[in-house]
Amino acid sequence: MDQIEQLVQSVLQGNRRSIAKTITLIENNEPEAQKIVSMLYPETGKTHVIGVTGPTGSGKSTLIEKLIRELRKRGKTVGVVAVDPTSPFTGGAFLGDRVRMQEHSTDEGVFIRSMANRNAPGGLAKATKDVIRVLDASGKDIVIVETVGAGQSEVEIVKVAHTIIVVLAPGLGDDIQAIKAGIMEIGDIFAVNKADRQNANKAISDIQAMLEMDTEKTGWKPSVLKTTALTGEGITELLAIIEEHKEYLKMGALEANRKENVETELAEAIKQKIAESIIEDLKRKGEWEKLTQKILTRETDPYSAADMLLKKAKRN
Amino acid sequence: MTTERKIRVLIAKPGLDSHDRGAKIVARALRDAGMEVIYTGLRQTPEQIVETALQEDVDVIGLSILSGAHTTLFPKIMEFLKNKGMDTVLVFAGGIIPQEDVPALKKIGIKEIFGPGTSTSVLVKFVQENTRKKIATGC
Repeated sequence: MDQIEQLVQSVLQGNRRSIAKTITLIENNEPEAQKIVSMLYPETGKTHVIGVTGPTGSGKSTLIEKLIRELRKRGKTVGVVAVDPTSPFTGGAFLGDRVRMQEHSTDEGVFIRSMANRNAPGGLAKATKDVIRVLDASGKDIVIVETVGAGQSEVEIVKVAHTIIVVLAPGLGDDIQAIKAGIMEIGDIFAVNKADRQNANKAISDIQAMLEMDTEKTGWKPSVLKTTALTGEGITELLAIIEEHKEYLKMGALEANRKENVETELAEAIKQKIAESIIEDLKRKGEWEKLTQKILTRETDPYSAADMLLKKAKRN
Repeated sequence: MTTERKIRVLIAKPGLDSHDRGAKIVARALRDAGMEVIYTGLRQTPEQIVETALQEDVDVIGLSILSGAHTTLFPKIMEFLKNKGMDTVLVFAGGIIPQEDVPALKKIGIKEIFGPGTSTSVLVKFVQENTRKKIATGC
């Protein structure tokens, strides 16, 4: 057995050090990463992935801490991937989500990993999807993914999570905010957290009104509930809705979503691999520079150049 | 796609003290130097710190302590790291640590102790220099 096979076996057995090392290899896109992911792939698809998104400071991490606690009481093992932003200026990141979850750090049934988004758009890191796969293959019953503090358009989470909780807090905005496109469209569950504060009912009714406008929507009707993560209020109710949503997905939506996600992922993989190989090839032959020059002098344009390359590639 | 390695650092607050201004300044300085810095928050046990370092697969651990319990807590942390086969992780410490305790702490594997008034640039340079090989080779 070579080193990679050993590592993969060890991940499948749930070895924590191996899980951590594997995540690093994938996150850094080391040469072994792709092989590892393809070896783990057949063992994935068993976990329920819960996405937790919402604005900065709405209480996502604290809510997750309470979810972990309740899930552990029920004997479920939990993986957490907590994404925080990378500075676009220095490339550094301060990953502070797990501060709220440290109570679970020594629990063998919980594995928490912080990820910097490394400037990927959409609220997740590029490698988050594959990191979820590592935790899935390692046997975690539930994987919770916390996005970066998401304002409006950070909706990558829909591609990786089965159930999405949008965590909001009273006083963040009125019904005009609730009607905007983006994260308000992706929630399966809306948790109005910090519900002990003033105006929680107003926030609930704003969200409900927004959801009611969506008359076209068939299937799952998003739920809205109040939570106070700090005291744990509303957590059992939240888990009950998560369970309900999970059951709903089993009636067909899960397979449909999965197919859609696989198609997107395949299309992305093809684009990336083929584009990379063509570009590398051009650079090796010195044609990249020539093409660039032609475009610079406006002899041709990027689209025509790409068309020309495609025709050439098809002939070969 | 190219390989992209980052220095991952855990800043940890072992034991019972409730001031983390220093730890946060260090975390911020390392962040600004392009590192990925994970913070544990206050009042961590040695077990929690080592387990966090393991899950986060960090290259560096920075321990910040003001309570005077370093002679009890640091040896435990170093022992747990060793037991888990993580003795290649670079460990440094800072806070209120009397000069006479420094040799013993270095002996158990803490690479450097930084006292109050240390410039953050000294610290950043220390971390960069001591992780260079590791980051270059990926192991």
